[in-house]
Order: sequence, then C-alpha cells, then structure tokens
Amino acid sequence: MTSIKSARTARSQDRVSAILRDPESLRRYSMADWDLLIRQARSSGLLARIRHVLAQHHLLERIPDVARWHFDAAATLADKQQLAVRWEVAQIQQALAGMAIPVVVLKGGAYVMADLPAAAGRLFNDIDILVPREQLNQVEAALMLAGWHPTGLSAYDQRYYRRWMHEIPPMQHMQRATVIDVHHAILPDTARYHPDSGKLRSRAVAVAGLPGIHVLAAEDRILHSATHLFHDGELPHGLRDLTDLDLLLRDAATAPEFWTHLCARAEELQLGRSLFYALRYVQYFLDTPVPDSAFAALQAAAPGRFTLALMDRVFTRVLAPSHASCADAYTPAARLAAYVRAHWLRMPAHLLIPHLFHKAFIRTEQDSEAPKPA
Amino acid sequence: MKLLQLSPSELQQRLSGPGVWLRTGPFSLRVQSRIPSVAKGLVDLYGQFETRDSRHAFADFHVELNAPSTLRRWLRPQVDFSFDGSLPFKPLPLDQAYPMLEWGLNWCVSMHAHQYLIIHAAVVEKNGLAAILPAPPGSGKSTLTAGLVLSGWRLLSDELTLIDRLSGLIHPLPRPVSLKNQSIDVIRGFSLEAFINRASHDTAKGTVAHMRPPRESVRRQHEPARPGWVIFPKWTAGAETVLSPRSKAQTFMFLAQNAFNYSHLGTDGFRVGTTLIEHVDCYDFQYSQLPEAVAAFDRLAATPHDVD
Repeated sequence: MTSIKSARTARSQDRVSAILRDPESLRRYSMADWDLLIRQARSSGLLARIRHVLAQHHLLERIPDVARWHFDAAATLADKQQLAVRWEVAQIQQALAGMAIPVVVLKGGAYVMADLPAAAGRLFNDIDILVPREQLNQVEAALMLAGWHPTGLSAYDQRYYRRWMHEIPPMQHMQRATVIDVHHAILPDTARYHPDSGKLRSRAVAVAGLPGIHVLAAEDRILHSATHLFHDGELPHGLRDLTDLDLLLRDAATAPEFWTHLCARAEELQLGRSLFYALRYVQYFLDTPVPDSAFAALQAAAPGRFTLALMDRVFTRVLAPSHASCADAYTPAARLAAYVRAHWLRMPAHLLIPHLFHKAFIRTEQDSEAPKPA
Repeated sequence: MKLLQLSPSELQQRLSGPGVWLRTGPFSLRVQSRIPSVAKGLVDLYGQFETRDSRHAFADFHVELNAPSTLRRWLRPQVDFSFDGSLPFKPLPLDQAYPMLEWGLNWCVSMHAHQYLIIHAAVVEKNGLAAILPAPPGSGKSTLTAGLVLSGWRLLSDELTLIDRLSGLIHPLPRPVSLKNQSIDVIRGFSLEAFINRASHDTAKGTVAHMRPPRESVRRQHEPARPGWVIFPKWTAGAETVLSPRSKAQTFMFLAQNAFNYSHLGTDGFRVGTTLIEHVDCYDFQYSQLPEAVAAFDRLAATPHDVD
C-alpha cells in the first residue's frame, strides 16, 4: 500500500499539522502565518497542545509578543481542565464505590488518569466512561443520586439513544455542569463491527489510588481512539483526535513487538479497518512513524483501491482544521460524505434512512439546543 | 494612522472587503461587515483608535457582522456575529447590528484573555489610582461611569476590568460606554461634550446606545493603572449621596462570583483576587444626582489613600 504523504500539497494552508510535524518551521513565520496558525489552532482545540510542543522544542521564545498570550491563555485553561478531570473522576469513583462495578475511563479522561503524553495541552468537553451493559441501570441511578442528570434531549433523541446507541444520553452535573457520557460498548449495537466490550475490560489497567477505576490497555486505547474517530459523523475535533492518536502511538511504540500486538488485537476486535485509516492519516497529517509491516499486517482489513482513493479525498479534508482557510470547494461534500459514511457504519439502512430524515426535517427547538446523538 | 483619517468610502471598502484593523487596549481586532450601521458606529465611536492595513497585520480577534444566509433575510432582516467563522450567539434584528458588535467583542475578550483576571465591572482612573465599579445591571454603573469620564476621570473600561495576573495592574480597554434607556438622556443632559450614537430599540437590554470614549482615555489606552478602590454604586431615586465602607471579605466573594474567568484560573485566580483586595479600599456608594456623585468621587481621589 503506497503512503499518501506524497499527496500532501505544498499549497496546503494547514498551519497546525505543519507546525506539529516540524516545530522549527516557525522560524520562518511571518505575522500573517502566526495569525493563521492561532485561528486554525483555536478552531481545532489545539492551541494549548501546540504550546506544549513548542515548549518541548525550546521554541516558546520564538512566539512574537503580541501572539504569545493566545497560547498561554489556552494552556491556563488546559491545566485547569486536567485538575477538573481528576476531580470529576474521583467523584465518579465515589458515586459508584461499593457497587463493585468495574469502571473504565475512556479517551481524554484516561490519558489524564494514566499520565500519558496525550494528556498534554488537551482540552475536554466531557468525560467518557465504559461500564458493563448489565449494570447500566444501576450506574445511571447511582450517578443521578450523586447529582448528574440526563440532559434535556427531545423524546426522539432519548428513544434513539436508549434503543440503538452504545451509550445513554449525556448526564450533566447539577452544580458543576460537567458532562459524563456513560457507554456500555465502544460502538452502537447496530454497527457493522462488534468489538467485544468484555475483551476490552479483561485487559483494562487499574488506576492507582482510585479503586474500581480503570483505563484501557495501551493497544486498546489506540484502537478505541481510532474507532471513535472513524465512526464519528461530525468530527468537530478531528485533528485534535488525530494528534491524540499520534501521541498514543509514539508513546506505546517503544514497547517490544508493539506493532505486531496492535495489529493482531485490531483483528481480534474487528477494528482492523479503523486502525488502517488511523495509521494512514496520522502519517499523512503528522508524520507519525508507522512501519510498513503494520500496513502489511492490516492488508486483509484494508479497503479496496477505489474506496481508499475516495476516503483519501474525504479524510484529508475533514480531518484538517475546521477553519475557512483550510476548506476548498470539495470540503462541504467531504463533510457530508463523512457524516453519511459514519451513520452507514453505525446502523443498517432500514434504521439509517428514517433517522437521517428525522434529523434533517423534524428538527425541534429542543433538538437544536441540546447535544445531539450523531 | 487613526480610524478617522480613513475616508468614509475607504472605510466602507475595507469593512466589506479585507476588514478594518483596530487596536483597542491590549487587543487587536479585524472587523468585517457589509452593514451600513456597523460602519457608521465605527466612524462615530472609534475615530481616535489606531488602524492599519489588515492584510499585513496580526489580529487577536477576527469578527464579522453580516446577515445570515437564509431565506429569512427577506422576511425579517437579521444580523449574525461571527467569531472567525463560528457563531456564538443567535442572530439579532438588523437594527441591533452595532450593539451586537460591542457585545460580541466583550465576549471575545471574556472567553479568551485568561492572562487577566476579568471582572465584570466598570473601571475609571484618576491621579494614578483606579476605581473598580462592579454592580448588577440597573445599579446605574454605566451612567456613573459615563458621568465620571466626562468629568476628568480616565475611562479604563465600562464592562471588563482586566487585572494583569503578573503585575496586578489594571489594563485599559477604553471602548465605547454602553448606555441603556433613561441613562441615554441623563448623560445627554449632563454634558454637552458627550457624543452618543444612534440608539437601537427593543434589545434584550431595552434601548441601547454607545458613548464615544474621551480622546484622552483612548490616547492613554496602553497605560495601566494601580487598583485603588472597589466601589459598589447604587442609584436610588431621591437618595442622598452616601459613601460607606464595606467588608473586604464580602467584596472579594462578590468579585470572584462576578469574574468571567475566576474558576478557570485555579489557585492563581484566588491569589490575584486576594492581592487586589489587600490593596484597595472598599465602599458602597448610593446616589441619585450625577453631579453630586462625581463630586464625591473627586473628593475620594483627592484624599490620601488609606492602604499601601
């Protein structure tokens, strides 16, 4: 399988991934470049992460004085959020203590709890946890007693979540307004692929000091991040999630036989296709070192030539910063394609078509106010 | 170059094209709009502010005010505030385009500028010391602020008190002063020098207009000031002018609750807030007559400061 790095055009306006690939390139920056970098980084939720990378490369001094506060302010917010995430996870642990329910913290929350490089400069919207399906009702009740309540979704969205989704409607804390997403699987029941949540839980790693709280094992963490990214229809934080993957991969790749284990685990969990795309696009955007052997091992799960050519056209657009400067004439079509594709993977046609119809035409006031199941 | 040096057609051309670049206090803006009332508002109120060619300059905030691109524009004309492509607010009636720019700019600063502890308060300065005027809406804060800055006090801000987290100094952001309902006529009657722009009616805050910031305040917009007082104004019909000391602990709690980003700053917010409170005198201030209120403030500025 040929790499698509060569397809990256010199014309690309994407300053964010350019600076993450090559932080030293900021030495050639004009004020107009700084202007564009900050705007793209803000809309991608990556200002604080870029600041972290520049600090690692001793390049903070290179940021012009008038531009520096944007990075510092975002880092202030990110630091505060990391503290808040630790606090919230401890609150969840307390709410569920004594129920002997294994709780797995997913995504950003897990990166913080496991002190991973992927936590650095990361901004959060919510905390995701995974619990066994059989205990979902118990967990929901316990969280409600501790002050989290289901968000005000429309009756349609409520039904949709509870009948078809792999999570219950987001729960928001009455006082702190923090949001938890409670999952019982990493993909909806209706999806093409069914990674076994029991298998994920069986290898989960306990978080020191918080009995009952776990994070996924290194390979599973990467597979979940990849699956989430390539099954999500709206991708508002596509590039941020891709940089998470880049950091997770670089960190985990120091373990012996990492790539062999990762690809084998992907096959075991039916997530080979998602991993294939993840590796292809982290390479494209962020120059993540991925050995050819990994692509070879995923050959059976890889898409055909035509599909791949199409996906390249879609994902090189929708994973770029969601900023006008990175859009071209095909970006709206690419976004629509990604949206439809994600839904196509998540539910069969006899459910998908009525659902998209409802979302397109029967949008109530409440639907548009509340977080939507995508 | 100052904005007033641009010809009206040049300003119009920039606004509807690459945007008008402006510096307000520590922030630079790029404003784009095809709406005539936005151009008029900028000409009327921002004449003394520095502008540059926006094509070559860095801007902190890129904002745009234009009609939403829906069919509705033909039925009921509206305006959207766009912050670099994202829409933080619902559209408003077109008549409110100019106030929406001001509200939107306040939002830009309060949501992003975490290098400051940002308190929702007006702030004015005399003899090197700043008076912070936090108060709930309806307390006459903006009227008092307008009265003070028309009487020789320097306008630092009428909405956002920016406290530098490193130095503890207050950074000016002397944008136009927002006046609501009766205060528009009160200020017109108070001073012939006041320039107040065209009012927008039926906004969420009633009738709203903006007063041009004094030229001297704009000229000194990069000169920070030391906090001197925190004063809670309360306008009461027919009341005597009374300045009474107020508990520092209570004042701190109020400021923390009325800071836009106190909780984002973690322990540093507490440190900046308590340092501020240690260095200021705190008062409640009741008034009904603006000239008397200004005289009371002048006496306060003339007396040696207790603290420090």
